[in-house]
Amino acid sequence: MPWQSDGVRKIKKRTYMLAAGMLLFSFILFGRMFYLQVLDAEKYKMLAEKNRIGIRQIIPERGLIFDRNEQLLAQNRKTFRAIITAEDTQGNVQKVLEKFQQLVPLEDFELERIVKEIKRKKSFVPVRVKEDLTFEQMSAIQLNIPQLPGIAIEESLMRIYPEKENTAHVVGYVSFLTEADLKKNERLHNLPDVRVGRMGLENSFEVDLAGVAGSKKMEINSIGREVRELERQEPISGNDILLSIDKRLQKIAIEAMKDEAGSAVLMDIHTGEILLLVSTPSFDTNIFNGPVSHKVWSQLNSNERHPMLNKAVAGAYSPGSVFKIVVALAGLEAGVIKLDTKIDCEGRLYVGSHPFHCWKKGGHGPMNLIEALQHSCDIYFYELARQVGVDKIIEVASRLGFGQKTGIELNAERTGLLPTREWKYARYNDAWRLGDTMNLGIGQGFLLSTPIQMVQMMARVANGGYEVSPTLLKTDENGEDKKSLRFSPSHLKHVMRGLDAVVNKYGGTAYHTRLDVNGQKMAGKTASTQIRHISLAEREEGLKQQHELAWRDRDHAFFVAYAPLDKPRYALVVAVEHGGGGGSVAAPIASNIIRQVLLLEQEDKKNAHLKTQFSISKLDLKKKPKFVKPIYQPVDVEDEVEPVFR
Amino acid sequence: MSLFLDKNNYFKDFDLSFKDRLLNMSWSFLFFILLVVSIGILLLYSVSGGSFSPLAERQIMRFLMGCSVFFFISLSDLRIWMKYAYVLYAISLLMLLAVDIFGHVGMGAQRWLNLGFIRIQPSELMKITLVMALARYFHASSDEDVEKTTHLIIPSILMALPVGLILLQPDLGTALMLVFVTVAIFWIVGVQWWKFALVGLGGLICIPVAWHFLHDYQKKRVLTFLNPETDPLGQGYHIMQSKITLGSGGVFGKGFLEGTQSHLNFIPEKHTDFIFTVLSEEFGLVGAAFLLLLYMIIIFYGIRMSLKSCNFFGKILGIGLTVNFSLYVFINIAMVMGLMPVVGIPLPLVSYGGSAMLVLMAGFGLIECVHVNEEMVIGRLGVDKDEL
Repeated sequence: MPWQSDGVRKIKKRTYMLAAGMLLFSFILFGRMFYLQVLDAEKYKMLAEKNRIGIRQIIPERGLIFDRNEQLLAQNRKTFRAIITAEDTQGNVQKVLEKFQQLVPLEDFELERIVKEIKRKKSFVPVRVKEDLTFEQMSAIQLNIPQLPGIAIEESLMRIYPEKENTAHVVGYVSFLTEADLKKNERLHNLPDVRVGRMGLENSFEVDLAGVAGSKKMEINSIGREVRELERQEPISGNDILLSIDKRLQKIAIEAMKDEAGSAVLMDIHTGEILLLVSTPSFDTNIFNGPVSHKVWSQLNSNERHPMLNKAVAGAYSPGSVFKIVVALAGLEAGVIKLDTKIDCEGRLYVGSHPFHCWKKGGHGPMNLIEALQHSCDIYFYELARQVGVDKIIEVASRLGFGQKTGIELNAERTGLLPTREWKYARYNDAWRLGDTMNLGIGQGFLLSTPIQMVQMMARVANGGYEVSPTLLKTDENGEDKKSLRFSPSHLKHVMRGLDAVVNKYGGTAYHTRLDVNGQKMAGKTASTQIRHISLAEREEGLKQQHELAWRDRDHAFFVAYAPLDKPRYALVVAVEHGGGGGSVAAPIASNIIRQVLLLEQEDKKNAHLKTQFSISKLDLKKKPKFVKPIYQPVDVEDEVEPVFR
Repeated sequence: MSLFLDKNNYFKDFDLSFKDRLLNMSWSFLFFILLVVSIGILLLYSVSGGSFSPLAERQIMRFLMGCSVFFFISLSDLRIWMKYAYVLYAISLLMLLAVDIFGHVGMGAQRWLNLGFIRIQPSELMKITLVMALARYFHASSDEDVEKTTHLIIPSILMALPVGLILLQPDLGTALMLVFVTVAIFWIVGVQWWKFALVGLGGLICIPVAWHFLHDYQKKRVLTFLNPETDPLGQGYHIMQSKITLGSGGVFGKGFLEGTQSHLNFIPEKHTDFIFTVLSEEFGLVGAAFLLLLYMIIIFYGIRMSLKSCNFFGKILGIGLTVNFSLYVFINIAMVMGLMPVVGIPLPLVSYGGSAMLVLMAGFGLIECVHVNEEMVIGRLGVDKDEL
C-alpha cells in the first residue's frame, strides 16, 4: 500500500515537529511561572498583602475635664449618627438624601455641607449626615434602609459640657476638622469622629486631651469590605484634666454678672489657682456638637458684646484707678512719699497751660496716701506720678506683672501694654512727656491691661509681695516657696490699708458694698475708665450722668479686691465693659461674689467629713479618671483662635 | 478504484469483541485524566471556602457523566465516527446557527442553546466535529492531493463556516482555537510549509483590517494586555491581580485553603477561567508545574496513541483532538500569566463548567477509541454500509 506508507512517514515527521513546538511552549510557560513565582515572588507577595490588608484608625476617647472637686465639666456621650457613603448609593446621592430628608429633616445649610463634602472626599469615605439621632429617627431609618442605599448608622461620641455657658470660656469647645486644619496639622486624620479644641482649655491642651489614635489591621476583600481583624493597637485615650476652678463659683459669678458684658476672675493669692473665671455674655458650648448655621455663628460674632471673646484674658483696657495701687507702691518704694505725706487736691492741676482735673469738681483738699486711695483722688496721683517719674512706675508695674502675659493656660491671652520711653519713641517717634507720666499715674493714657493681669497684681500685693501667677490647673503646692518680689512689707501694708479704707471706711468709693461674713471682710479698689475724651465745654456744663450716655460711650467699670481682710486668701477682679462706675457697678458684683465665696467656703468646711456631694458625677464614669497634669505650651497668637465649623 | 477497499481483505473482518476492546484500553491515560480532574475538584473545594457545595460536587457529577461518555465512545467502533463525521459536523453547524438566532445570552455573549433538559454550547461540540470532518476529508487524500492548493478549499470552508458563526456570538477564543486546530491538521497532513508562511504573512497584513471588526471589549482586552499598568483599576485590573495571585504563591504556595487573593475575591472568574491562579497561589510553583507536567503527559499520550494507529482517520482525529486539548492548556495558562490577552478559554478538566467537561471527555473517548482500534486499517475511500 504505497499511498499509505508514504503518508505515514510524512505525518510522523510533521507530528514530531508539532510535539517539539508544544514542548517548547510548555517550557516557556514554566519559565514564566518561574519568573513570577520565584524571581518576582517578593514583589507580588507584597502586592497581595497590600491588597489584603487595610489599616483603619481608631479614634481615642477624648480626655475628660473636671473641676477642683472632680465634677465633670466636659464629658463624652455615646450617640448615634447617620453617615452616607457615596459609592454605595448606586450612583444617586441626591435621591438618597431626598429620601432621607423625608424621614429626618435636614436644614439647607446642612445639605449643602453634605453635598460639598461628598464631592471633596473619595467615594468610599463616609460623610456625616446627621448627628445625635433620636430613637424615633433611628427606627425610621432602620425601617427604610432598603430605600436608603449608602446610608448607615454608627455610634459616635459627642462632647458634652454639662455646665453649658457657666464654663464656656474656661473649658472652651471642640468642633470638626476643616481642610485648613488638615493642611496645618498632619497629625490629624480626616475621620468623622475627630474633633479639635477651638477655644479655652480644649484648645490649649489639645494634645493631652486628644490622646493617641490606635489602629486596626483589617483583612479586606476586593471591594474594600472588612472581612476580619488581624491586629489591633488600642488607642490611648486622652488624659483627664483636673482644673482649679469650682463649677459652683462659676455659676455664682455668671449669675452675679447679670446682663453686663465683662469678666470676673477669682484667684488663690498663694497658689495662683483660678477658682473662677467667667466672661459675659456667655454661650452654650454644646451647640458646636451639631451643625452650626451661619446665622447662629454670625450672631455670636457680630454681637457688640462679643460673647465669643474671653474678656478676662483677651480684653485689654486702661486699668484706670486700679493702677493707683501700683503708683502708690512705686511712690513708697522710691521714697518720694511717706504714709503721712500730704498732697493738696484743688480739683485741678496745671502742667504748663494744660489742666489735669480730679474727678471731684471741687477737689478733695489735702490728703495722705490712705485718704487718696480711699477717695481715689486723681490730683494726688498726678502729683505723685510726676514726682516718682515714669521709670520707677514702669519698673514696679512690671514686677507686678503688667505688660507681660500672666501665663494662664489660655491661648487667647493678650499682653496688654506697659508703655515706656523707648516704646513711645519707637511707636510715635516722639519723646515721653510729663503729661504721659501723669496720665500713667491714674492708669490712663497708653497703658492697657487685662483683667487677669489686674487680679494677678492684686494677688501679688495681698500675699505679701510674692511672685504668683494664675493657673487653671489644680496644684498640690501651697505656695510657700514662691519667689519674693522684694517689696518692703511695710509699704505693701500701707497700700493695703488704703484698700481697706476704700471699702470699709465711710466715704470710700466702695463703702456701700462692704461686707461682713462672720467677721470676714474685704478690701479693694474701684476704677472707672473714661473711654472718650471729655471736652472743656462739657466739663463746664457739668458732667452727664453715666446712665444718660449711650451704652458704648459709658465708662468701663473695674473693681479689684482681696479677702478676707485680715488674712487674705483670695484676689478678685470684676471688669464691666461700659458699666459706668467702678463703685456703683463693679464693686457690688464683686462684693456679691466674695460674700458667696466666703459663705460656701464655710459650708464646705462644715461638710468636709461628708464628702458625699462629690461622688455623684463619678457614678457616671465607667473608669477611674486618670489625671495627668498637662504642660502648657502657649501658642503665640494675639487674637482668639478663629473657630471654624463643619 | 482498485486501490479502494475490496471485500476480500481482512479489514472487513476486523471486529473486536467487547472484552478485546476493554483489554486494549489505555488505563494509564484515564488515570492521568483522573488526576487532573481531582486537582480541579480540590481547587473548587477551596474556592467555595472549603466546601463541596456548590461547585465541587457538581463538578464531580459532571465528571462522572463525562466518564460514561468517555467509555461509551472508547468502546465504540471507530468507523461509526468516520461514517457520520460530516453528518455530525452539519448538525453542530446547524446548532451554532440556532444559537446565533435563539441563543441564550450568558456573560454578555450568546453561546448557549437551551434544549430544556440541558444547555448545550455548540461551539464546544464543533471543536470535535470539525476535527472529525477534517480527519475524514484528509483520510481520503493522497499526498499529491494535499499538496494541491485547490484541495485545501473544502477544508478551509469547513473551518470558515463555524469560525464565522462563532465570531458572531462573539467568542474570539473559541474561534481562534478552531483556526489553530485546522492549521495544525493542515500541518500534519503535509501541506507545504511555504503555504503557512504565505498565509501568515497575509494574516499580518490583515491585522489592521481585522482590528476594525473587533468588538470594543475585545479591543480593550488586547490593549490592556499589551499594557496592563496603564489602567490598573479598570481592564488591566484582572491581569494585574492575576499576576499578583500567581506570584504571591511563591515556590510552595500559601497552603491549601489559605489563598488570600482568591478568597478575598481579588480574582474574577476564579472558579472558571482563572482557576489556575488559585492553584498557583495555594500550591505555588510546585503545584503549578506539577499540573503542567500532567497536561504534557496527557498530550504526549494522545500523540503517541494517535501515531500508532494504522488508519489515517484515527491519526488525524487523535492528533487534532490532542492539539485541541493542548490549545486549551496553553492559551489558558498563558492568559492568566499575562502572556496573552484575556480570552474566555477555561483550563481543561479543572475549570468549573459542564459543557467543556463533557466535550473534553468525549474528545478523550475518541482518542482512546483510536487507540483501542489502532490495528484497524481503513481504506482510502473509507467506510460504507456493507463494510460495517
